[in-house]
Amino acid sequence: MQTTDAIAARIPDGAKLAVFKDRSCAMDVTRALVRRGVRDLHLVCVPTSGFQAELLIAGGCVATIETSGVSLGEIGPAPAFARAVKSGAIRIMDSTCPAIYAQLQAAEKGNPFAPLRGLIGSGILDTRPDYKLIQNPFAEDGRDDPIVALPALAPEIALFHAPFADEAGNVWIGRQPELKLMAHAAAETLVTVEDIRPGNMMEDETLAAAAIPAFYIAAIARAPRGAWPLPLPGHYADDEAALREYAAAAKTGDGLRAWLDANIHGAPASPAAAE
Amino acid sequence: MTVPCRTEELMIHIIAGLMAEGPKGETRHIGCGVLSPIPGSAALLTRHKAAAAGKTIKVSIIGHGAEPYRTDGGVDIFDCAGQGRLDYFFLSGGQIDGEANVNLLGVGDYPGTTARWSGSFGSAYLYFMVPRVILFTLDHSRRTLVETVDFISAPGTSAENVYRPGGPFALITPRCLFMFDREAARFRLASIHPGESADSIREHTGFAYDAPDDVPVTEAPDAATLALLRGEVAADIAGAYPKFAHDVLGAA
Repeated sequence: MQTTDAIAARIPDGAKLAVFKDRSCAMDVTRALVRRGVRDLHLVCVPTSGFQAELLIAGGCVATIETSGVSLGEIGPAPAFARAVKSGAIRIMDSTCPAIYAQLQAAEKGNPFAPLRGLIGSGILDTRPDYKLIQNPFAEDGRDDPIVALPALAPEIALFHAPFADEAGNVWIGRQPELKLMAHAAAETLVTVEDIRPGNMMEDETLAAAAIPAFYIAAIARAPRGAWPLPLPGHYADDEAALREYAAAAKTGDGLRAWLDANIHGAPASPAAAE
Repeated sequence: MTVPCRTEELMIHIIAGLMAEGPKGETRHIGCGVLSPIPGSAALLTRHKAAAAGKTIKVSIIGHGAEPYRTDGGVDIFDCAGQGRLDYFFLSGGQIDGEANVNLLGVGDYPGTTARWSGSFGSAYLYFMVPRVILFTLDHSRRTLVETVDFISAPGTSAENVYRPGGPFALITPRCLFMFDREAARFRLASIHPGESADSIREHTGFAYDAPDDVPVTEAPDAATLALLRGEVAADIAGAYPKFAHDVLGAA
């Protein structure tokens, strides 16, 4: 059993770190990373990100971001992300959602690449020299049938927040199968959970169907409301007021610095770490 | 008989009308992405109308917390599209041009030196794979409807050798409805909303398009459709877009 700070300590400068959409995000760990001042992360967004990527960029933690999009959803655009991309402060590898899934699936199978339809004629293909056009080797009668080959994408670390783990170290993810894909593709997986339950969920057919076996999990910390202010599906909604407050403050560089000072650098350690 | 309604309600009504039939007979499955309350409401209106006629249409709304609209995570909707299990999808764009190219990424040199938006999301795949993609925008102006997009997130048309079962079907705006002719790679003005004219559409559209001599006026929803929209559909879409359901459709 670890603290969220101990989880954050396992993520070094320059790590290729996979994060998940705009829910089930390990935000306590993310705040700890910004507080520590981690640098030069290569963020892999599966397949997009919201406030988590925005906060890491705002904190100066990111060198490269690989994503299909970053936004704060109904709250609006992600201001630090937009500024950093416009100014060239971070390098962006633009993609499209199913491409990132396919690349992770290639890594999970140990394959060098995965093919994907679509993309041909999109500007994405022009900006991604690592996405290559090949011929479908199974095309009927040798027909000309170009298809895009995407390189396998294996993050060094996958990081997310889940409803619960058990004493055996298994993690229950519910209806978020992409979290399992992340764990399979990454070299190691770090997880925070709302709760640790006794027993072994692998002995329960119902629970086991939505679980990631301990085999894939490098470390777990208990972090109640650890996805805040983002939602944990089935448990709590997003904190819209907190996200709107951030979005309003982050419109200017000064506003953002003041917000970071008040909410990250000057804020107490996470509730879970204090326990 | 028609009754006064909001522009959003008119757009929802038109989109639902477009989806009454599917590309191969009956509509089976409609998908909606993020930030799409108008398409989402249109999908639910289509579903409710079909249900009244004893037919079942599946609607997958990304971000909707409740069954039966929840998808099996993000992978599922793309796999559905890849297998041809999705009839309709929706895309918007910071820029849309006359060849139906869509730009969700930004303005200026790549990666968006003048303006940087969120990113291309699933567009570069779904635009190819879903038979009928309906484009929508709430900003019918020369700023959004441009001659040529700065960046192609997803192209409107493809070369003949490119596998492409899907593509643009229509473009709905607060001013009018365009249908897309894939052979000609051009939009054709199909109807103009009340209060607009052929001239006002041309004035606010940055790309060239075809238009008949007499452009019909968009047909407004009847009282029964509006009641359904403001009642069951509003309650339903609140699961994904509570603010839209309340502010636009008057849901409690």
